Amino acid sequence: MSSSTQAPLGTQSITLKHDDHVIIDGLDVTFPAGKVTAIVGPNGCGKSTLLNGLSRVHLPSSGHILLNGKDIHSMPAKQVAKKLALLPQETSAPDGITVRELIRFGRHPHQSLFKQWGMDDRTAIEFALQAANLESLGDRLLDTLSGGQRQRAWIAMSIAQETPLLLLDEPTSALDLGHQIEVFDLIRELAAAGKTIIMVVHDLAMAARYADHLIAMKGGEIVAQGSPKQVITPEILESLYGVHCDLLADPHTGAPILVNVRRAHDSGASKAAAPSDKKQAELAL
Amino acid sequence: MHFATSFWQRAPSQRPLVVCFCLVSVLTIGCALLSLLIGAGAVDITESWSTLWGQGNEEAHFVIMELRLPRTLVGLVVGIALGISGALMQAVARNPLAEPGLLGVSAGASFAVAAALILGASAATLAMGVAQLGALAGCFFVMIAARLQGQFKDPVRLVLAGAALTSLLTALTSILLMYDQRAADEIRFWVTGSVAGRHLSNLVTVLPYFAIAAAITLYVSKPLASMALGEKVALGLGHNPRTIRYLVMLAVALFAGSATAIAGPIMFVGLVVPFAARALVGPDIRRTMIMCLPIGPLMIIGADILTRMIAQPAEMPLGVLTAMVGAPVLMLIVRAKRLPTLA
Repeated sequence: MSSSTQAPLGTQSITLKHDDHVIIDGLDVTFPAGKVTAIVGPNGCGKSTLLNGLSRVHLPSSGHILLNGKDIHSMPAKQVAKKLALLPQETSAPDGITVRELIRFGRHPHQSLFKQWGMDDRTAIEFALQAANLESLGDRLLDTLSGGQRQRAWIAMSIAQETPLLLLDEPTSALDLGHQIEVFDLIRELAAAGKTIIMVVHDLAMAARYADHLIAMKGGEIVAQGSPKQVITPEILESLYGVHCDLLADPHTGAPILVNVRRAHDSGASKAAAPSDKKQAELAL
Repeated sequence: MHFATSFWQRAPSQRPLVVCFCLVSVLTIGCALLSLLIGAGAVDITESWSTLWGQGNEEAHFVIMELRLPRTLVGLVVGIALGISGALMQAVARNPLAEPGLLGVSAGASFAVAAALILGASAATLAMGVAQLGALAGCFFVMIAARLQGQFKDPVRLVLAGAALTSLLTALTSILLMYDQRAADEIRFWVTGSVAGRHLSNLVTVLPYFAIAAAITLYVSKPLASMALGEKVALGLGHNPRTIRYLVMLAVALFAGSATAIAGPIMFVGLVVPFAARALVGPDIRRTMIMCLPIGPLMIIGADILTRMIAQPAEMPLGVLTAMVGAPVLMLIVRAKRLPTLA
């Protein structure tokens, strides 16, 4: 494989366990460079576990995670942190921290005992503030911002980290619709500037609209992957969530839109038959 | 005047560190001076003052240079050690009530010293290393207790576990002393806590440990600050939270062990000093620790001056005074509706 087409991040038959419970078993997956990839799937499908594995939070019990072709666990943590930034789902910051102070943390991988605070750090922070549209809020306390602004400040911290890869775990889970759009727009801008973005997204409609590449998971396995149009089909949705739905095309982007979502086999006369039918549908997979 | 009002109206985290540091340092220096001038020995303030400037008689010189100066310097070192170790422990446990005195680290150190003395050691030089080991054992207990209850979640539970360990170790120490009168006399201040009657040589023996702990603290301060953003974030920034946690506990053990080896178990100082520091400069661990440098000695030396004045002509042990003041403070903190959280 030539290095120009090589995926910046991928896994080689990784197995991830919670205690003795196998969540993901021998999974191979790669993520396209310079694109926004959304990992979707029902609760407990292993999407967050996969992201935690990719970001070294969760150690694989076997297999490799390859960052530019090299095993991520054989690299020094600081080197990894210069290539791959992570924004976990639940974040908490100490009281009284300002936006700029939060963003400063993003510079840690570029500093050391002998190279503390430099001009490049300052430029990176100003750039991150600008990129996240926070120039006027740099000195505001983080607690005084709206949810969307706060999440953009956290993303700005990872922008200051200056990594080609950014991993986000449900970046909009606690936000209302307007703030969700605000954050997804920023993510699109980052991808347009050349970043490879991998995120776990709960909301399928949002994933379909904002991601270039979808990876649909169920039971720790990849059920489908490809463009939103390829992945979001009535058949795949039924196998993922056990729902029936109709699809329309977004008049602006052509991305699939889900309408009339209902439980599989629930719309018919016999409701009692639904659970067993569903089970059969699962067995058939 | 305008500057003063705007200074106090600012959020603590946004106050200039240099100004806060200098203000408290002035108080600390004043307190240290006062500690040279009053108490211990029949030399009054005016006589002490002239002795400081090279006049005064032989006796006054002895009292100040051999009694009060070591005592003040010991207070300085112990104050810094307890303040910093409290701040480190609270940061790593993400628990505002974590403190070496409360959690049994100091009790572990003094139990180890008692055991060593009973087993025949009498030289104070041996006591130093033994106290460090005892403190380290106490630290490991805290780590295990915290692990059992899952990531330090409930501040009060951790303190309860620590209180249980402290009473157990104190009881064991008392039993040891019952059987050995010689050790009982030698160890009295290791049980109650005091900075009196220490020689500068005691200080010199703990300096290496103190220096190692200080170096570790410098090294971990930045990763530790990022751990306040959550362990996953720290990991994403290229730090190793697990290693950092072990290094911090080692530094705590060295600091608390050093302090206990010189001054015995002194409770609550490690709790109150970081609290005061955070109230002044906010929760960033680096700012907190820098403020602990003057606040720790201020509290120890200030309390030590009080011990000389309360029960004249006798002296009240320092550990007794800090416990009497610290216990109600802890109760107020625990009773507060919203327990302050560290992120």
